[in-house]
Order: sequence, then structure tokens, then C-alpha cells
Amino acid sequence: MMRIFSLVLSLSTVLLFAAPPVNADNVVRWSATGDAITLDPHAQNEGMTLATAQQIYEPLVNRDETMALTPGLALTWGLTDDPTVWEFKLREGVTFHEGQPFTAADVVFSFERALKPASDMKDIIGTVHDVVAVDDFTVRIVTEGPNPILPQQINDIFMMSRGWAEANAVTEPQDVAAGQETYAVRHTNGTGPFVLELREPDVRTILVKNSAWWGLQDENPHNVDRIIFTPVSNAATRVAALLSGELDFVLDTPVQDLARVRRTSGLTVQSTAEVRAIFIGMDTGREELRSSNVKGKNPFADIRVRRAMNMAVDRQAIVKRIMRGMAEPAGMLLSPGIGGYTAEIDALPALDPEAARALLNEAGYPDGFSVTLDCTNDRYMNDEAVCQAVVGMLARIGIKVRLDAKSKTLHFPKIQNEQTDFYLLGWGSGTMDSHYHLDFLAMPDRVWNRTGLHDPDLFAMIDDIATETDFAKRDAMINQAWLRLKAADVYIPLHHQGLAWAMKDRLHLPIQPDNQPQFRLARITD
Amino acid sequence: MTSFLIRRVGQAALVMVLVSAAAFLLFNYVGDPVNNLVGQEASFEDRQALRDRLGLNDSAPVQFIRFMGNALTGDFGISYRMQRPVSDLVAERLPATVELVLASALFSLLLGIPMGVYTAIHREGVLSRLVLSVSLIGVSLPTFVIGIGLIYLFSVTLGWLPSFGRGDTVSLGFWTTGLLTAGGLKALVLPAVTLGLFQMTFIQRLVRAEMIEVLGTDYIRTARAMGVPRNRVHYVYALKNTLLPVITVIGLKLGELIAFSIVTETVFQWPGLGLLFIQAVAFADIPIMAAYLVMVALVFVIINLAVDVLYAVVDPRLRTSRGASNE
Repeated sequence: MMRIFSLVLSLSTVLLFAAPPVNADNVVRWSATGDAITLDPHAQNEGMTLATAQQIYEPLVNRDETMALTPGLALTWGLTDDPTVWEFKLREGVTFHEGQPFTAADVVFSFERALKPASDMKDIIGTVHDVVAVDDFTVRIVTEGPNPILPQQINDIFMMSRGWAEANAVTEPQDVAAGQETYAVRHTNGTGPFVLELREPDVRTILVKNSAWWGLQDENPHNVDRIIFTPVSNAATRVAALLSGELDFVLDTPVQDLARVRRTSGLTVQSTAEVRAIFIGMDTGREELRSSNVKGKNPFADIRVRRAMNMAVDRQAIVKRIMRGMAEPAGMLLSPGIGGYTAEIDALPALDPEAARALLNEAGYPDGFSVTLDCTNDRYMNDEAVCQAVVGMLARIGIKVRLDAKSKTLHFPKIQNEQTDFYLLGWGSGTMDSHYHLDFLAMPDRVWNRTGLHDPDLFAMIDDIATETDFAKRDAMINQAWLRLKAADVYIPLHHQGLAWAMKDRLHLPIQPDNQPQFRLARITD
Repeated sequence: MTSFLIRRVGQAALVMVLVSAAAFLLFNYVGDPVNNLVGQEASFEDRQALRDRLGLNDSAPVQFIRFMGNALTGDFGISYRMQRPVSDLVAERLPATVELVLASALFSLLLGIPMGVYTAIHREGVLSRLVLSVSLIGVSLPTFVIGIGLIYLFSVTLGWLPSFGRGDTVSLGFWTTGLLTAGGLKALVLPAVTLGLFQMTFIQRLVRAEMIEVLGTDYIRTARAMGVPRNRVHYVYALKNTLLPVITVIGLKLGELIAFSIVTETVFQWPGLGLLFIQAVAFADIPIMAAYLVMVALVFVIINLAVDVLYAVVDPRLRTSRGASNE
């Protein structure tokens, strides 16, 4: 009896749950290697986490597919007469998914939350001193000293409801070290174009259209009803699922599979230059390199050696053979599209192994020297193969490079803890402004700068760029700083990494240089 | 018997402590999770502060003792990557792995035993030779190659079966199952076959070898000489004695399936414990890695303990001989 009962019970559950969903909706099923770490919008400053958050939450200032600033929850913004105060006029009539009206109090709260110690966004908006609500729809942000690029920096600062956060005890961002999960890790309440329907971390995340979203009033709004995200960590499986029609969009398709996807009917590949330069840094500051056979002096301290190395690397060959065209050879650390980029500074150093050998000879290394190159094997596109190519190219001028390729969890701490002589690194931009690059890659005592570069004039210049509010003057200073950094040759720029999204051709989703899809810009055609 | 049991349990506990200690030594080489936990803008001081709060600056022995203390109270901490309690994550992922392992064990037994028996009886048959050569491929091909090959054939080319995930699942309170929906069952086929293929060929070869040995013994010859029907000799008298050692080995292999489902789960994005573990390794998510390694060690220790105890129950000689050697 009991068995029959349980059989009936399980059969009825089958019928209840297995009923096929009514499928008249426009659904986007998409995938990437990894999932968002958390849905708490201020707890993690990481690609997939932000990519997920921005479908649900919104910042004051949006970016479109060209990375230009567009109105988000703020309609207009500008510097007041006081150069340390920015004023934002908010969009009226916006409500959160659970119905709370969006006002200036929520903006003040969200900025305060993003500045809390457990927040991972606090460094991006480190210059914010105070946020004041002037009235319900006007907010003033006061910075410590003038900050000409504040609107560029707040694109990833998402707005939360103060009432909701207080009711659910999430006025502080999730803290990994706290040892417990907060409500905001798997629950959301934003103002954005999509509402969270289901969150199974690492398995499935389902978002549905927010019919009350303000952007639906615009001309030609998105027509996506449902977004189903499934992370698939194995690249071959991800591509297979796209080819078999189980996925509509794959964020990170391996370059070697792109041709296959292009050939398949019904599928298309979009590509663009990602805002990320890949380069190699040299430690010029130490008395003696840890991994070199040269003792008592540091070969990288001699600019002739560094120039010779820059002349020996065949960037075109790396782009063609290893990146299969999915990159642009680079002469500077700043990628096209970021303010301060110029084609002149990005010009490649002359490829001339003969002259490079002569320079090494002149510097006193006729037989070259040995050194270890630290490299990742799981972070950038074909990173280990790129490093291998560089090893071969430097061998041609007599520099014997031992390659140490390893996981990013081992590589990056070596850079941060000053344990590397010669290292691969890639650098994108959170702000789309040159100061971000110059500050992190040239200034002394920065976590990611192990070049040991010592140039007080350049450092002063970079400090001035941070606070200069006259844009013409600021641009000239940025140009000078880049020329100076390039002349120092402490880096070997390799290439600007490309980006390719593979999707069904009936899905029109503009590719974003920051590799974060914005489904509010998507359209599905029949 | 009691002293034997106490001794074996004591040994098992020692193994657990040693495995946990070894795991903690290894964690010194998996890298630094902090870099995955903060944005690239984070300052050196922020990183150090987080490292301090996570206890990563303590020496390995201190971290180990703290981990063991918490683990004994059932607290494995919070995952760095998922920011949720490890015990919740393990409970959520366990059903997927258990269902996968059971399905592939069933697959390997239901095909492996008959094939083993058949190839032992019809040693020179064409079909036997075919089965043996094909099974050689099953043993020698790496799991991920088999998995990708199956995906290519059945998902991309034929479009019959899904290439990843668990399909539709039904939640029965603490257990989510994919066995009750058509989609869930379809999703189970490729991963179960991939994981079970090696075990199937192994069982088939083991059964064949045992069976051939048994068929050569005196009692089988006697039975044949007495005119007992051929089928009765093969499937009743011979098979019974063949299966005894096979069952022991299968018990141990079950633990292996759980431990080595990692590759299969990665290929098929099967949301089980193996996938959780491999992603934890890439992220240096130490709490998950520690919990997983301890759990797998526990599974092996329990299975070994059970086999030992069963042996002692079945064969009293083991008990007395051990007792005697200790005197």
C-alpha cells in the first residue's frame, strides 16, 4: 500500500514539474566559463559578478556598446562651481523590483555601502568624501580634491534600496571572512531591466523581463523575456552545446573554435578589441635579479638591454600565429578606445634582432644572460603559448629565458609579493581613462607594478593628472606621461587582446569591449 | 571481535587525520585565494587585511588545528568562491554525484557481468574477440576523450541527448533528483556511460578471468561428468563462485567512482561534488578543497573498514590469525 502510494506521489510530481514550459517567449540561453561569485553588487569587483549584477541593478551612469557614458539612474550630471563637488539629477518615477520608489536616499545609502570596509568597490571610488541628498532627486558627491573623471568611475557602483537592505540586514556588503552568507548573496532587489527568478549558483540563473523598467519607454527597446545562464567550465563542451543548439550565446569561445562556429549555419561570431593590453614587465630596481646568471648587477637596469628586448619581440608573428588574428600588436599599454590612446605612441618598436644583438653587446652582454619569465596559463587568451613564443624570440638575441607558466592563483601573488624578475600581465580598465593605467603600472609601491621604475618627474605628472580639471591641459599631460613611460622601456607591450562572442544569428546583442553583455541592448528576431 | 573492531576503527581515524594533514600541506602550494577575492584595484594593505581575517597568514599547523577543531563540530567554514557555507554546498551537490555514480555502477554491472561470463564461456567466439578488443579501447582511452566523443556524436551530430547539465530536476526536500523527469534521465545517459565505461570493461575482464579459473576446477568437471546440464553448470555453480571476489572489488570500485567522477563532471558540467572540487582548485578555495578531500578519504576509509569487517565475519580465520600474531 505504502509503495503504491509513494509511486502515485512520485508520478504526480513528475507530471507537475515536467510540464513543458509555454514557449512563446523570447529566451536567451547563454554560457561562460564561470558564474558570478555573489549577487551582492558591492562585494566583488570581478567580471562575471558585475556582468550579472548589471542586468538586475543599475548605476547612476551607464555605458553603451562604444563604452561612452549614457544616462542611467541619473539623467544629467556636471561639476558644480566647486571643483570638488559633482551634482547628479536623478530619474524620477523609477521603482525597485519589489516596489520601493527610487530616491536620493537610496543613492546616498548605496555609496555609503560601497565605501564600507567589506566592499570591494571602495578603491574605485576612493576619492569620494561625502554623498549628500539635496532633494529627493538631486545628489551631490563631494570628492577629496578635484576629481575630473568621477562619472567614469561610478559605472559599476550599483544602486540598492535602503529600505530593502535594512529590512534584510544587508546594509553591509557580504564579507568572505565573516564566515556566513548574507541575504543579498542570492536575493536581489534592483531597478534594472531584469528581475531575478531563480538562482542556483554554478548551475542556473534565470532572469525575467522587468515590465516596469524605464528603458522600455525608449524607442526600440529590448525584447528579451527570459535569460537563462548556465556556466559551463569545459570549453569543448561549451562550444558543442552552442553547435547543438542548446545555447544561444557563448561569451568565451576558444579562438581555435571560432572558424568552426562561423561555418555553422545559424550561428555568427562578433569580434572587437577588448580593452586589455598584454605585456611583460621587467624588474629594473633590484641590485641583482633572483633568477639570472648575472651576479652583482641587474641587466634590466641598463636601458640598452630593455630596448634590445623590445626590438627582438616579433609582435606581428605572435598575433598571427598564436592569437590567430584575435589581437592587435601593441606598442603601448593602453588599448584603443581609452582616453589618451594615440596611434603614434602605440607604434611598434622596430623589429631588428641584429641591432638588438649589437645593443646587448654594447651593454656588456655579448653572450646574453639567463632569466626566468613568470607567466600565467589560465588567465589570458593563449597566455602560455604567447610566453613560449617570447622565449624563442629572446633566444635569438642570446637571452636564455626559462619559462615558469602556472595558474593565476600562483602567478599574481608572485607579482604582488615582489617575487618576480620578469612577468606577464594584462591590464584592462575600470574607468576608461589613462590615469587608471598610469597610476597602477607606473607609480611606485603599487601592487601590480614590479618594474622598479624610478622617475620622480613622471610620478609628479601622474599625480597632477588625477586632479587637473582643465581637460585640454589634462590630455596634454597624459600624452607626455605616456611618451615618458614608453621611452623608459620597462615594459614589453605585446598585444591588445581581441574578444569574440559566438551567438545565434537571430540574436542581436552588441559586443562590449569590457566583455560584459548588456541584455538591455539585445533584440531577438524571427 | 570487539578488539579487532576497535583496532580497525582506530586505524581508520588515524588515516583520516593523516589525510587531512597532508591536504593542508598541499594547500600551501595551490596559491593565494585573496587575489580572486578582491578587485585589481585593491591596495596591498587591503589584501593583507583580508589575508589576516581569513587566517591565511597563520602557519600551516595552526590553520590545520583550527580546521580540525571546526570540522569536528561539523563546521567547514564558508566557500571563498561561492560565499556560502561549505556544508550547504556539499549537501546541495551530493545528490547529483550519488545519482551519477549509481547510474554508472548499474550500467557497468549490468553490461560487464554478462559480457564477462559470455567471453569466458565462448572463449574463441568472434563476438568474444570483438568484445575484448573494444573493451581494450574503453580501458585505454582517457575519460575526457570518451566524454567529448560521445557529446560530439550524440549531441552535436545526432542531437539526441543534451551535452551538459542535469536537465530538469525535481526537489524532494533535501534531495534534488533528475531521475523523475524525462529531461533528467536523458541528461544522465552520456555522463553515466562515460564514467562507467572503464569500470564496465574492468568488471568484464575480472569476471572473465575468474570464470575461466572456476571453469577449470574439479567440481565443475565433476558436475559436467555427472551430466548436469551445461547452462546449470555455467550460470548456477560456476557464476556463484565467480561473483564472490567480484563483489568485494566492486565495493571498492564504488568509492573510486565517487572519487574520480571529477573528470566526467567537468566535461558534462554535471553539478556534483567533483565539479565543485575542480573549480575550487582553480580558485584556491581552501575550505571546499579541505572538506572534499576529507569526505573522499572518509568514503574510502568506511568502505575499507566495512570490507575488512565483512571479511572477518565471513572468514573467522582472519580474526584468530590476527589475534595470534599479536600475542
